[in-house]
Amino acid sequence: MQSQSTRATHALRVEGLRKYYGDVRAVDGVDIVVPPGECFGLLGPNGAGKTTTIEVCEGLLTPDAGVVELLGLRWDHDEHELRERLGIQLQETQLGEKLTVEETVRLFRSFYKRGRAVDDVIHVVQLDEKRDARVGKLSGGQKQRLALACAIVGDPDLLFLDEPTTGLDPQSRRQLWDLITEFKRLGRTIILTTHYMDEAEILCDRVAIVDHGKVIALGTPFQLIASLGAEHVVRFGLAPETPPIDEATLRSLDGVRVARAIAGEYELQVGALHQTVPALLAFLAARQLELAQLTTHSATLEDVFVSLTGRQLRDD
Amino acid sequence: MTEQHGDNPLLQLVLVRFREYLREPEALFWSFGFPILLAIGLGIAFRSKPPDVAHVAVVSGAARSAAYVDALRRDRGLAVEALSRDSARVALRTGRVAVVITPGADGGNGVEYEYDDTRPDARTAKLLANDALQRGEGRQDVLGASDRFVREAGSRYIDFVVPGLLGMTIMGGGIWGLGFSIVDQRRKRLLKRLVATPMSRAQYLASYVVSRFVLLTIEAVVLVGASVLFFKIPMRGSWLSIAAIVVISALAFGGLGLLIAARSQTIEGVSGLMNLCMLPMWVLSGVFFSSENFPRAVQPFIKALPLTATNDALRASMLRGVPFAALWPQLGVLALWMTICFAIALKIFRWR
Repeated sequence: MQSQSTRATHALRVEGLRKYYGDVRAVDGVDIVVPPGECFGLLGPNGAGKTTTIEVCEGLLTPDAGVVELLGLRWDHDEHELRERLGIQLQETQLGEKLTVEETVRLFRSFYKRGRAVDDVIHVVQLDEKRDARVGKLSGGQKQRLALACAIVGDPDLLFLDEPTTGLDPQSRRQLWDLITEFKRLGRTIILTTHYMDEAEILCDRVAIVDHGKVIALGTPFQLIASLGAEHVVRFGLAPETPPIDEATLRSLDGVRVARAIAGEYELQVGALHQTVPALLAFLAARQLELAQLTTHSATLEDVFVSLTGRQLRDD
Repeated sequence: MTEQHGDNPLLQLVLVRFREYLREPEALFWSFGFPILLAIGLGIAFRSKPPDVAHVAVVSGAARSAAYVDALRRDRGLAVEALSRDSARVALRTGRVAVVITPGADGGNGVEYEYDDTRPDARTAKLLANDALQRGEGRQDVLGASDRFVREAGSRYIDFVVPGLLGMTIMGGGIWGLGFSIVDQRRKRLLKRLVATPMSRAQYLASYVVSRFVLLTIEAVVLVGASVLFFKIPMRGSWLSIAAIVVISALAFGGLGLLIAARSQTIEGVSGLMNLCMLPMWVLSGVFFSSENFPRAVQPFIKALPLTATNDALRASMLRGVPFAALWPQLGVLALWMTICFAIALKIFRWR
């Protein structure tokens, strides 16, 4: 059985996946291939079909059409073996509030034939001091870490995390990212969903951007951002009463891909700041134009999503 | 990093059941405190008392009034007081006396009894008073009669009600014990999380059966033990057959609890279903009063209810010592409920 997985070339292969709820096409033809050892992210707004996709992969929902193969195994033949080898964290599971941290991890450990020692896992998720605390008394971040402990206690080959840091404070999120990165270093495969672009950029080797049940872009975070044709965005404004600058003139500056005048300011999408910014300053100095303000930011997956859909990734 | 041995999953699941239960003070009260309080309440209401005394009033002022009072006082089953006509009326109306006796009411030697003929205690009081007065006036009995008093355990109300309470406890434990816990776990998506592990679903359900049996054993021993000790409830059948009835009933109600909890996603939903199932049985199945009081036409329906079968079997065994084998109709009803409920529940159970 074990040899089957080592030979399997894909940790996860999804082909033509469809799941409809009445007229709602929650998942509408998704294809994903994830090689072993990769951290793969499904990024998209709420209701994009991320959770439905991941729950079909987890064998918790039956697809209307399509193929799902995990570690070279399929749900209809190999459910028991798959359950032994997958680690799963669901969105919004409330673990038994009256049990302690240790009792909870011990319970989940007991379901797996082989796995990690309870103490070891509690230590890894940094809950040593809370091992005898009731689950109901834990903070949000501690609960998420406990959920992660329950997901990795079976020493899974493939780990599914559905919105692992949603609703957490920045410090707790960073703590969870460290833990997930740690798990990644063991060479295991991780599939995660998120609607945080920074999370996807930090954790994921590759990202699929999902919208309306379809994958609208797929690649490494770097590739996706590069597909914008610009890694950075420069915005500047001139002192009042300055005559306008021609967009074509700006476009001729070194490294500028796109130049636009927006509401009295100028936005340049550029390849490299160290080329464009000195060129811009020299150009302004030569024309004796006074700069009122200048800002730059790196292009993000958010910009990718906006340029693909014309909408923001997050409602807030 | 990896180790080969985890704990036994069934043991862990059963431990979880106990921990969740013992860490919930309300649940502890309902399974132990409530039956004990109920038993104490019943104990006060049905404690051993001397035989009831019938209260009668004689209207004073007539020629024979004093003589009547003397004659009535000779009967120790009567408490007599002499009252004016108006006070006697008031006493009758408020129930302080059962009969008002008016000497010479017809203007001569006769006597008038005033009482409510629909009240058995009033009729008894009238008969006792009449008997005492007739004898006082010199009546001779034609038959020589003597009394032998028999006070048999097993025919009192407390004897009737204790098996009913035991049946009710078994039903409540099975239905509440499974229903709330399972639906709560489904509501919190814990059930879905559990089936995402290699956990055996059979063991998950078995953990409820095992923990219910342990708790039920304690509940039943406390209730029956206290009843035998304090109320001298007879245990004419063997302990083994009573235990067997309890076990079969627990399985039948466990199945019913599982069926009720099979699909509900909210506590409100499952509460409604539980009440829908239990309320008719509380009323119809003879917990506090005999189900024989209901019309003949509905008797077959009442007999088919699991709580009726449990209560009937427990009473037959405890109070009359009916052998286990002779209880097959009740045991059959329970086995049928158990089989049907478990079969349907497992088929339609919503794990996600």
